[in-house]
Amino acid sequence: MNTLQLKGVCAAPWGQALLKDIAFTLQPGTVLGLAGPNGAGKSSLLQLIAGDIQPSTGQLTFCDRSLTEWPPQERAQRLAFLPQMSLLSFPYTVEEVVRLGRIPHSSGYQGDSDIVEQALDLTDTASLRHRLYTQLSGGEKQRTQLARIFAQILGQESLSGSLLLLDEPTSALDLAHQQLVLMATHQLAMRGCALVVVIHDLNLMASIADQILVLDNGCQIALGCPEQVFTTTLFKEVFGVDVTIGHHPQEGYPMITPLRPTLL
Amino acid sequence: MALALASGAVSLSFLDVGQGLVDTVLGEAANQNALIVGQIRLPRVLLAAVMGATLAISGAAMQGLFRNPLADPSLIGVTAGASLGAALIIVTGGSLLQGYIGLSLVSAGAFVGGVIAVLFVYRLATSANGTSVATMLLAGIAITALSGSIGSLLEFFADNNMLRRISLWKMGGLDGANYPRLILASVVGGALLVALPRYAGALNALLLGESEARHLGIKVDRIKLALIIWVAVGVGTSVALVGTIAFVGLVVPHIVRMLAGPDHRYLMPASALAGALLLVVADALARVVVAPTELPVGVITTIVGVPFFISLLRNRHHYGMQ
Repeated sequence: MNTLQLKGVCAAPWGQALLKDIAFTLQPGTVLGLAGPNGAGKSSLLQLIAGDIQPSTGQLTFCDRSLTEWPPQERAQRLAFLPQMSLLSFPYTVEEVVRLGRIPHSSGYQGDSDIVEQALDLTDTASLRHRLYTQLSGGEKQRTQLARIFAQILGQESLSGSLLLLDEPTSALDLAHQQLVLMATHQLAMRGCALVVVIHDLNLMASIADQILVLDNGCQIALGCPEQVFTTTLFKEVFGVDVTIGHHPQEGYPMITPLRPTLL
Repeated sequence: MALALASGAVSLSFLDVGQGLVDTVLGEAANQNALIVGQIRLPRVLLAAVMGATLAISGAAMQGLFRNPLADPSLIGVTAGASLGAALIIVTGGSLLQGYIGLSLVSAGAFVGGVIAVLFVYRLATSANGTSVATMLLAGIAITALSGSIGSLLEFFADNNMLRRISLWKMGGLDGANYPRLILASVVGGALLVALPRYAGALNALLLGESEARHLGIKVDRIKLALIIWVAVGVGTSVALVGTIAFVGLVVPHIVRMLAGPDHRYLMPASALAGALLLVVADALARVVVAPTELPVGVITTIVGVPFFISLLRNRHHYGMQ
């Protein structure tokens, strides 16, 4: 079974083509990183997978079943999406926000509470549980939303058949919490959950992604493991930046260091 | 409730009220106290309670749907449309509109006007991509302004008697209360009080944002339409029966949210209760302050509500509102 499969998918929700001919498959337990310059279509691709944007051509299947054939509630039990920005401006407590993630499920109050606890622990938000969401810092809000997303798909021991879409989950986090979120995503992947992640810090991405898909102008430029995809020519062509590529001293994944443009 | 039954131009003791109620129930409506309590005050107090609850729970639903704690049922155009419908009947009907039939016609005009306005606003905001809540807000403001100016135009051509009726009607009042009206109000209000809390979970999810709610498996468009229809019917009925009563739909859910939090599972029933209480108290005040005449109840709800609301706004940071 593939968790996610895209075949020749194009999307043009407002007339102009946003995504052109995207094709990849995602196995349970693998992490796909989306890279590319601003406006390349990374968030659009996530929205497409989440069902917010309809593909104009091509096929999109989630767990071997066309995305539109899924009943909304059943789909919500296995597919969760963390958007870049949150609109919530009502004074829920952190725990209430996380509990909203349990809406698609009917696991009862006690069952929900156990899962909310797990989600709070995974994101180090347990100490914030009684704070009001509107009074949190940016990073704390981001962790709370992440906990809500985790609460939405947790529940079964095996998460194969579940999919998490994370749009910049670490953009407001300090170094310690970035590492915490990496560990959490790693844990979920170990339990079979597939993830599609957009992170601008490409070193961070190289450390968690099994596969990286590079987008530019809505086109799929490269797809493969970090070592294959991250080359100096790719960074020159797609990002317009000269880089040197080293390796992480312990783990061996590629580390990208941008070079300062030579001053004349 | 008992206090509201006891107070009025003819003040009665609680004992009189109790005796009057018993007499009414037993069908012995001969003595004066029984008449006052059973035929005049009881339907009036009950109507106030039902309408207060209807307005407040509609307000809670609209604030959740628009994700704006300052939204009001009138934002979707229902109040302005209803006012215009009523004014239209008053002006065109003229001297035909005497007594009971006239009052019912004005109410019917208000209800039709309110529902037409909401349908119009909804159509304006709906495209192939679904209904945009922001567009609906703007369309509601436009329809409200348009209805307002057509209303002013009507008032310009109206004579003195009509003007007085229009402006009294606009201020809202419960003096037309009787059992047929109470039954109608109870049917609509009761349906609303049963139906709206069932959307509590969906409204909680909608506070996160529309696409977030959709990702949680909520059928957002269907729920939006259902909520708008319920609120249009509820508020349309209330405007038709008791005129425009300002502020209950706006301020009651807001106050309850500050005291009890934004979870709609508690917010909606609590708002209904608080709205009923506010309107019963306001109506009792309206009857006694300048007895034997009466003040319009809409004036009282505003005068009572605004200072309380302002004090809450000044302390809003305690409640986590921005």
